[in-house]
Amino acid sequence: MLQDKDRIFTNLYGFQDFGLKAAQARGNWDGTKALIDKGRDWIISEMKSSGLRGRGGAGFPTGLKWSFMPKESDGRPSYLVVNADEGEPGTCKDREIMRNDPHTLIEGCLLAAFAMNAHAGYIYIRGEFYHEASNLQLAIDQAYEAGLLGKNACGSGWDFDLYVHLGAGAYICGEETALIESLEGKKGQPRLKPPFPANAGLYGCPTTVNNVESIAVVPEILRRGGAWFTGFGRENNHGTKLFAISGHVNQPCTVEESMSIPLRELIEKHCGGVRGGWDNLLAVIPGGSSVPLITKDICDDVLMDFDALRAVGSGLGTAAVIVMDKSTDIVYAIARLSEFYKHESCGQCTPCREGTGWMARIMSRMVRGEATLDEIDLLWDVTKQVEGHTICALGDAAAWPIQGLIRHFRPEMERRIKEYRARIAA
Amino acid sequence: MPKLTVDGIEVEVEAGATVLQACEEAGKEIPRFCYHERLSIAGNCRMCLVEMERAPKPVASCAMPAADGMVIKTDSDLVKKARTGVMEFLLINHPLDCPICDQGGECDLQDQAMAYGCGSSRYAEKKRAVKDKELGPIVKTIMTRCIHCTRCVRFSEEVAGVGTMGAVYRGEDTEVGPYIEASINSELSGNLIDLCPVGALTSKPYAFTARPWELKKTDSIDVMDAVGSNIRVDSRGSEVLRVLPRTNDDVNEEWISDKTRYAIDGLKRQRLDRPYVRVNGKLQAVSWDEAFAAIKAKVSGLDGKKIAAIAGDTVDCESMTALKDLMGKLGSPNLDCRQDGSKIGGPRASYIFNSTISGIDEADACLIVGANIRAEAPIINSRLRKRWRSTTGDFKVGIIGESWDTTFKHDYLGAGAETLSAVLDGKSEFAKVLEAAEKPMIIIGMGALNRDDRDAVLATARAIADKFGMVTGEWNGFNVLHTAASRVGGLDLGFVPGEGGLATNDILDAAAKGDVEVVYLLGADEIDMSKLDKAFVVYQGAMGDAGAQAADVILPGAAYTEKNGTYVNTEGRAQQGWRAVFPVGEAKEDWAIVRALSGALGQVLPYDSLDAVRSRMVELSPVFASLNAVTKAEWADFGKAGDMKPEGFATPVRNFYMTDPISRASVTMAKCTEAFVKDAAAEKVA
Amino acid sequence: MSHLRRPAPRELQPISFAFSPENMEKAKKIIAKYPEGRQQSAVMPLLDLAQRQTEGNWVPTVAMDYIADMLEMPAIRVYEVATFYTMYNLAPVGKNFIQVCTTTPCWLRGSADVVKTCKQELGIDIGETTEDGKFTLIEVECLGACVNAPMMQVNDDFYEDLNADTTKSILEALKKGEKPKAGPQIGRKGCEPIEGPKVLKAFCGCGAADQSADASEGEA
Repeated sequence: MLQDKDRIFTNLYGFQDFGLKAAQARGNWDGTKALIDKGRDWIISEMKSSGLRGRGGAGFPTGLKWSFMPKESDGRPSYLVVNADEGEPGTCKDREIMRNDPHTLIEGCLLAAFAMNAHAGYIYIRGEFYHEASNLQLAIDQAYEAGLLGKNACGSGWDFDLYVHLGAGAYICGEETALIESLEGKKGQPRLKPPFPANAGLYGCPTTVNNVESIAVVPEILRRGGAWFTGFGRENNHGTKLFAISGHVNQPCTVEESMSIPLRELIEKHCGGVRGGWDNLLAVIPGGSSVPLITKDICDDVLMDFDALRAVGSGLGTAAVIVMDKSTDIVYAIARLSEFYKHESCGQCTPCREGTGWMARIMSRMVRGEATLDEIDLLWDVTKQVEGHTICALGDAAAWPIQGLIRHFRPEMERRIKEYRARIAA
Repeated sequence: MPKLTVDGIEVEVEAGATVLQACEEAGKEIPRFCYHERLSIAGNCRMCLVEMERAPKPVASCAMPAADGMVIKTDSDLVKKARTGVMEFLLINHPLDCPICDQGGECDLQDQAMAYGCGSSRYAEKKRAVKDKELGPIVKTIMTRCIHCTRCVRFSEEVAGVGTMGAVYRGEDTEVGPYIEASINSELSGNLIDLCPVGALTSKPYAFTARPWELKKTDSIDVMDAVGSNIRVDSRGSEVLRVLPRTNDDVNEEWISDKTRYAIDGLKRQRLDRPYVRVNGKLQAVSWDEAFAAIKAKVSGLDGKKIAAIAGDTVDCESMTALKDLMGKLGSPNLDCRQDGSKIGGPRASYIFNSTISGIDEADACLIVGANIRAEAPIINSRLRKRWRSTTGDFKVGIIGESWDTTFKHDYLGAGAETLSAVLDGKSEFAKVLEAAEKPMIIIGMGALNRDDRDAVLATARAIADKFGMVTGEWNGFNVLHTAASRVGGLDLGFVPGEGGLATNDILDAAAKGDVEVVYLLGADEIDMSKLDKAFVVYQGAMGDAGAQAADVILPGAAYTEKNGTYVNTEGRAQQGWRAVFPVGEAKEDWAIVRALSGALGQVLPYDSLDAVRSRMVELSPVFASLNAVTKAEWADFGKAGDMKPEGFATPVRNFYMTDPISRASVTMAKCTEAFVKDAAAEKVA
Repeated sequence: MSHLRRPAPRELQPISFAFSPENMEKAKKIIAKYPEGRQQSAVMPLLDLAQRQTEGNWVPTVAMDYIADMLEMPAIRVYEVATFYTMYNLAPVGKNFIQVCTTTPCWLRGSADVVKTCKQELGIDIGETTEDGKFTLIEVECLGACVNAPMMQVNDDFYEDLNADTTKSILEALKKGEKPKAGPQIGRKGCEPIEGPKVLKAFCGCGAADQSADASEGEA
C-alpha cells in the first residue's frame, strides 16, 4: 500500500482547510520559483521522465503532449486549458482536488503554463460543481493576493493569469475540442482533427488541454523528481493515482494509491471489500462508464493500470471503479449507461446521433428480454457501426460497454429473451 | 503539391486540397451529404469515410488535408462497411416517404441509398418525428426528413449572412431551424432548397408541381437584375415551372436570388398574348397585320424627329438592335435605353463594373456610393460578404448613401455628395483606408447616377479612383452597379440619342408638348406614362403593365424564357440564353416583331435570322464577339466637375421583390413583399 | 425530452429583460476574463446569470436576445447554446429544483428509492412542478459524486449518501423553508470511507472531523 508520505493529495478528504495558508503548510507552493528557474526544457524533460500519463482517460504521456506546443510564438498566444468537466459516470476525483486541495492544481497550472509558453489558463469546470468552482476561485484569489499568480507570478518573472469557466451540463465537453468550442461560447461539439489543439486550439491558438489530476500532480513530481514518480507502478504505467470506487462495496471512497495496485487489494484494503464478500462479486467497470466491464474471474488478479486492463479487453480510463455484486441486474446497469450516452450525444455526427438512440432502445428491450435472439447480433453490429466512425470518442464510449456486456453476459441476455418469449407464448 | 495514391492510382493535388478532392482527381466517386464546396467543412455526415494507411480508423475524406505520400483506399471492405453503416443510420429515422416527397428523383439520400445502402431496414424501433418549421413564403419544411447535415445552417450564416437557421437542442433531439418561429429574411433563401440534400427543405411555390424527369432543362440568363445570373429554366410543355442556378464562378457562383428563382409565376398572369389596337379609347384585339397597319398609318410621312423609342430594363440585345436600326431607317435620333433618365454612357469604363464580380475576391477596400447592393444585386452582396469573411474582417467597406442592412461589417460614412467630396479631399477617415489598400474599389450605383448632377458625381468618383490608385495596369476598381439587365447591352449597342436626339426625359417632355408624336416603348414600363397622353404609343412587350395601359398599339412580345437572347451584365459580360418554351398565344420573339414591322413600314431591315441579327450586333460592338467574357475597358476621361446637390443618394430599388413587370405580377413576390418589406403594409394603405 | 428543455409558451415569456445593476457589474467582470474580441466566450456564464436573476430560475427568450446583443453575436447562436446545455431551464421551475441522479453508480446504490421517495413526498412525477411552485423534480445524468451515491442536487447543493429516510427528511425541511445541511447524510465528511479515513490519518487528525464548517464556505 502507498504510504502517506508519498501521497500528493494530502487533503483529499477535506479535513483541513483548502486555503492558501493550510496548503502551504502541506507543502504546496514550496520553491515554485526555483522550479521555474530551471527552465521549461527541464520541466518538460522531468515530466517526460516521470512517465505521467494523462489522468483524464486516454492516458497520453503528459510531457510529450506539452512538447507539441510551439517553442516560439508566431504572434499567437498559447493557452493552457484544464479539463475539470468531470462527468464520466463513476468518476469523482477531480472534484475532491478542486474543493479540498485546489492549490495543487493552481500551482500545477503555473508550472505547466510556463512550460508551454502560456500566459493565460482557463479551468473549465462542469457547471454542477458550483461549490467546487467557488472554492477553487477563492483559492485563485488568494494566490493572486499572495503574488503567486498574475504579473511576475511567484517572483519568477513569468506573467500568468488563471480563470475559472463554468460549463452548463454537457458530458461531451469533457472531450478536449468540444471543451474548447464551449469555452469559445458555442455548443460543445467536437472539432475535426487535424488541426490538433497544439496547432489551433482555443481561439485558433496553440492550446494544451490537460485533466485536473494530470496538472495537480505536476508540482510534487517536479519537487521530488521524475524518478520518484516512476517508483510507483509498472513500466509504462507509473505514478500515484486517484481511484474512485463506487457501487457495491462496503465503503465507497476515493483514494490515492500506487498505479498497478491489484484491483482486489484496492477494494479490500480501502473499501472494506465487496458487499457480501469477494465471492459475491459479479463484475466491475474498472475505468468509468466508457470501458467494457470485466467479470469476477478477471477481477481476481487484474492490476489497475493502463496496460493490464487493456490486456483484458477493458481500460483504466479515469480509474473510476464501479463494483457490481451478484444482486445486480447487469443488463439494466449497462442499459442505463446506454441511456446516458444517448442523452449526452452532441448530435453532430450521424453514427453517434442515430446509433446511441438505436442502441439505447434495443438495450431497454433487452432488459425485459423483449427481443429475439438474433437481435443480440444486431446490437453487436450496431455497436460496430458506431465504433470508429464518429468525430470523437463518445461513439466508442457508447459502444464499448454494450460490447463488454455481450462478450461476458450473452447467456444472461439469451435467458431473458427465452423467458420473455415463453411468457408471451403462454 | 502533395502526391498521393488513391486505390493504386497516383495523383497530385494542389496544396491545401482535401483527400476527398484527391479521390475525385483519381476519378473515384466519394459519397457525401454535408460536404459542399462553397461552404465550410462540417465533417458530420460521415458518408465520405475512406481508409487511410497507418490511420487506426477510417477518416472523413472531406476534412482530411491531403498530404504527400498518403495511401488512400476508397473501395476496401472497411470503407464499404463504413458507408453501409452510415447509410443505415441516416435512414433509420428518415420517413422514407419518397412517393410524396418533392425531392424524389433528385435526392442525394435516395441516390446514395441506391448506391451504398443495404437494401432493407433492420430498425424495429419507433421512428423520430420532428415538428415542421414555418420559414416564410419560399421554403417549405418537412423536418422529419432532415439528416442534420447543417448545410442550410452554414449557408445562412456564411453566404446569406442572416442568423435564422441553427441546430438547436442536441443528440437525437437536434432540430435544424430557428429556435422561435422566424422567416428566413434573406434575398437568397431559395438556395437553401438546392443545398438541402434531402426533402427537408423544399420549394413552397413549386410544391407537388412536377417530377424532375418530366422537365425540359434549358440554359438561360436571368433578367431580374443586372448581374446576369446563369440559370436553368425547367419547363413542361408550354409552362415554365422553375428556375435553378447554373454554376458560373465568375458571376453567380451557384447561387441565385429569390426574385430570379420565383418571379416566374408572374409570367402566367397579365400576359400580352395577342396584338391590340386602341379604338375609341378602348383596346381591341386585332391581327398582326392590322396592328402593323395602324402603326403604318400613324408613322407614314411623319418626320423622324417626331418619333422616339425607349427600351425597358429587361429587353434583349437582339430586339434593341433591330429597333435601333429601324429608328435609323425612320430618321429618328430619339432613342434611349435608360428609362430611369440617367445619362450614363460614353467611355465604356465609365459604365461597367470594371473589376468584374470575381474581382471582389481580391479587393481589400470598397467604397459603396448610392447603392443598396443587397436590394439591387443580392448576388454581388453575397460576394462582398464572402470577401469580408475570407479576410476575417480586413476587407473594409465604407458606405455613402442611404443606410442599409448589409451582411458584412462596414462604416457608414454619410448620405451624399458632401461625404463623397470629403473622401476625395482626404477629410473622411475612410480616405486613409483607401490609401492603405492595395486593391481598393468603388461601387457606384444608380442612386448616385440617375440625378441631374450625375456628371459631377461621376467626375468626383473618377477622381477618387485616380487619387487612391484604384486604376492601375492590372487592376480597375471603378465599378458601376446597374439595376437593369438590358442597360449595358443597350449602351454597348448605342441605343442612346443620336446626333441632336432626345434622351428619355426629353422625349417624355416633348411628347407631353406634342413635339414627339409617336413613342415606341420596347418593354419600357417604369416611366411617367401621364406624359404620353398626347402621343401615339406603341408598346411591345410580354406583360400587361403600365406601358400596355398607355398604348395605342400593343405588339405582344416574348418573355425572357421564351426567346433566344443576348444580355450584357453590369460587368460588360455578354451572355446568351436559350428559349425554354414558346411565346404565349400569338406573341413572337421581339427582334422578329421589329423585323416584321420594318417590312410593313417599307423599311426592311437587312436580316432574316437570329444569326444575321447577331452579326449586326458584332458590327455595333465587338463585345458581342466574345461571349461570356469581359473585355477590359480602356480607362478614359469622363464626368464633368461641377456642383453636386446636397440631397443624399437614394436607392432606386425600394422593394427588392418587385422591380419589373414580371415580378410585379408574381404572387410569390407579393407574398415575400408582405412578409419581408417593412414598408409594405404602409404602402398597401397608401 | 422534458418540457424544461423546450421554450416556455408565449404567455409565460416576459417581454423584456435587462441585467440588474449588480448583475451588470458581474457581467462586465465575466466578459473581461476573455481576450478582446472573444466576448462570445461569456455567453454561458451570462446565461447562467440571467437564469439566476429570473423569477422561476429559467432563461426567457428575451434574455437570450439581450445577451446576443450584449456579446454582439447572432441570437440563433445563443439559442443553440441555451438549448444544448441541460442546466439552462427554458421554462420556469420550482423554488427547489430537485435533480436526482439515476445513472448506474447511483442506481447501484439505490437511486430508485430516492426517486420513489421524492415522487411520494412531493406528489408529482418526473418533470413536474408542485402546485405551490415550491418543487420541480427531474432525473439527471451523473453529477460526479459517485462514491457518495446515491445523491441529488437541490439548486446549487449536493445531498449525498441518501436513502429513503434521509431523502424524506431533506424534503420535509425544504417544505418548511429550511435549508438542510448539504453533503453526505451519513456522517462522513466527504469521499473518505464511511468508517473514517484508512489513510492520511495524520491529515485528518482527531477532532478535525467535528469541525462542521461547510467545505464550500472555506476561509471566506
